[in-house]
Amino acid sequence: MTGDVAVLGTGMHPWGKWGRSFVEYGTVAARGALADAGLDWREVGSVVGADTVRGGYPGYVAGATFARALGWQGARVASVYAACASGAQAVDTARTQILAGLTDVALVVGADAAPKGFFRPAGGDRPDDPDWLRFRLLGATNPAYFGLYARRRMAVHGDTLEDFARVKVKNAAMGALNPDARYRRRVTAEEVAASAVVADPLRLLDICATSDGAAALVLSSMAFARRHGAADPVRIRAVSTVTPRYPRTVLDLPDIATDSAAAVRPADGTFRASIARAAYEEAGIGPEDLSLAEVYDLSTALELQWYEDLGLCGEGGAAGLLREGATALGGRLPVNVSGGLASFGEAVPAQAVAQVCELVRQLRGTAGDRQVAGARVGVTANQGLFGHGSSVVVVR
Amino acid sequence: MSRIRTPVVTGWFTGRGGGFRLLGTRCSACASVFFPREDAFCRNPGCPGGELEEVPLSKRGRVWSYTDSRYRPPPPYVSDPELVWRPCVLAAVELPAERLVVLGQTVPGVGVADLAVGMEVEAVPGVLNEDARTTWTTWHWRPVRDGTAAGTGAAP
Repeated sequence: MTGDVAVLGTGMHPWGKWGRSFVEYGTVAARGALADAGLDWREVGSVVGADTVRGGYPGYVAGATFARALGWQGARVASVYAACASGAQAVDTARTQILAGLTDVALVVGADAAPKGFFRPAGGDRPDDPDWLRFRLLGATNPAYFGLYARRRMAVHGDTLEDFARVKVKNAAMGALNPDARYRRRVTAEEVAASAVVADPLRLLDICATSDGAAALVLSSMAFARRHGAADPVRIRAVSTVTPRYPRTVLDLPDIATDSAAAVRPADGTFRASIARAAYEEAGIGPEDLSLAEVYDLSTALELQWYEDLGLCGEGGAAGLLREGATALGGRLPVNVSGGLASFGEAVPAQAVAQVCELVRQLRGTAGDRQVAGARVGVTANQGLFGHGSSVVVVR
Repeated sequence: MSRIRTPVVTGWFTGRGGGFRLLGTRCSACASVFFPREDAFCRNPGCPGGELEEVPLSKRGRVWSYTDSRYRPPPPYVSDPELVWRPCVLAAVELPAERLVVLGQTVPGVGVADLAVGMEVEAVPGVLNEDARTTWTTWHWRPVRDGTAAGTGAAP
């Protein structure tokens, strides 16, 4: 397919709380991806950074920051921001440049050094900023929104706290097999149930932590890949970066209210479902073609929501899919075999890039103990604050 | 010296006691309603653009979902670090006529055990926090305890 770009290299700095600069993590990941690709940094024609907004000015210009750290060599540069979807937008920017013929090889880097505790808005009194308002007026942290979604699923679909705990148990078991994960210990349902409630009904072990970490990809045109000796590389076939359609009827971070559906009939399906649909359409596949998926499990309950939004099951069917083991390693459609955010903790600009790294390693057959047998097609799913969808389809 | 009661945000609610209402805006061209208020432009992509007029929102709605904050939220939420944190409860409430969901804290004394998805609640005036000179006012959601009033919602 003419829309494919090749993935020549992946690189990661292990997730954790390392107490160093995001630049250091990102540079480690970038060097790893270049080594994996067998390319010299000076052969890269474009570098795209996913912004690290808590890193001050160097974080706002992440692409240039990494280019400087790797050694200025004249590549074109871009820095993109789309909250949790920043990494996927960086992938899409690089891909678009390659497909447009502007460069043969692009390097994508996302890295974060996360503060302890709840994410909070930028400083100053800014009553015109919905992110500031939700904290000032309501004390509505990110986990509070996760709690709202979880409670809604319990009321509408009959999900239970035990179902949510099962997600954590599953992901922790897979994260234990991943050397790049921050948490590499299996967790029991009893441990989830014994952890403190953060935002009813969710407990500490239902909610992802915030981490340091970095991920990088080397992408190229298919022609360059062949010249470089990669005859059958893993390819990125689609990147969905859609926005919602008015009226948006599901309350979303950081908003205090939804749009009104009184005057305009809402489109069929939610925003999240439209993210996956756009990726499937662009790739010419459907959920039945998937070998595995990496979804944004900011909370255990949100992982279940993604099953339905990706069309892995019908609405309300996610807990059933989980209970039958379909989404565990060895199941018919493993989800978050990397360990997911449950095992990584979110490193915002790096996370969506890391999702793609995992799919590439799985499709290459180099994922070690967590390998999904015969993996051919994978999808990532993610949603950034303020209306940023992202989903990447990777094929072999 | 008594504190001055001041809305924590301007133009989002009005009235006292039983006359309290959330305020939104409505587009004169397409009738879309906005909360928080849009005063500059209509956000319906199919609307040619009309005048945005202030409208009071339904006083009552039904709980879409709810949660609480067991840990002290970071600034700009204001809380006294000297006092033990008492979890505040949040309810997302669907207003029947406007068909939109509005998030708010519940009145003090209501816990998550007192709430259920689908329960009828109403918007009432509340206090967010106080400092030396100001009582910062907000809206709260309060469960409607009067069973006879529960069936008087504006839409099915």
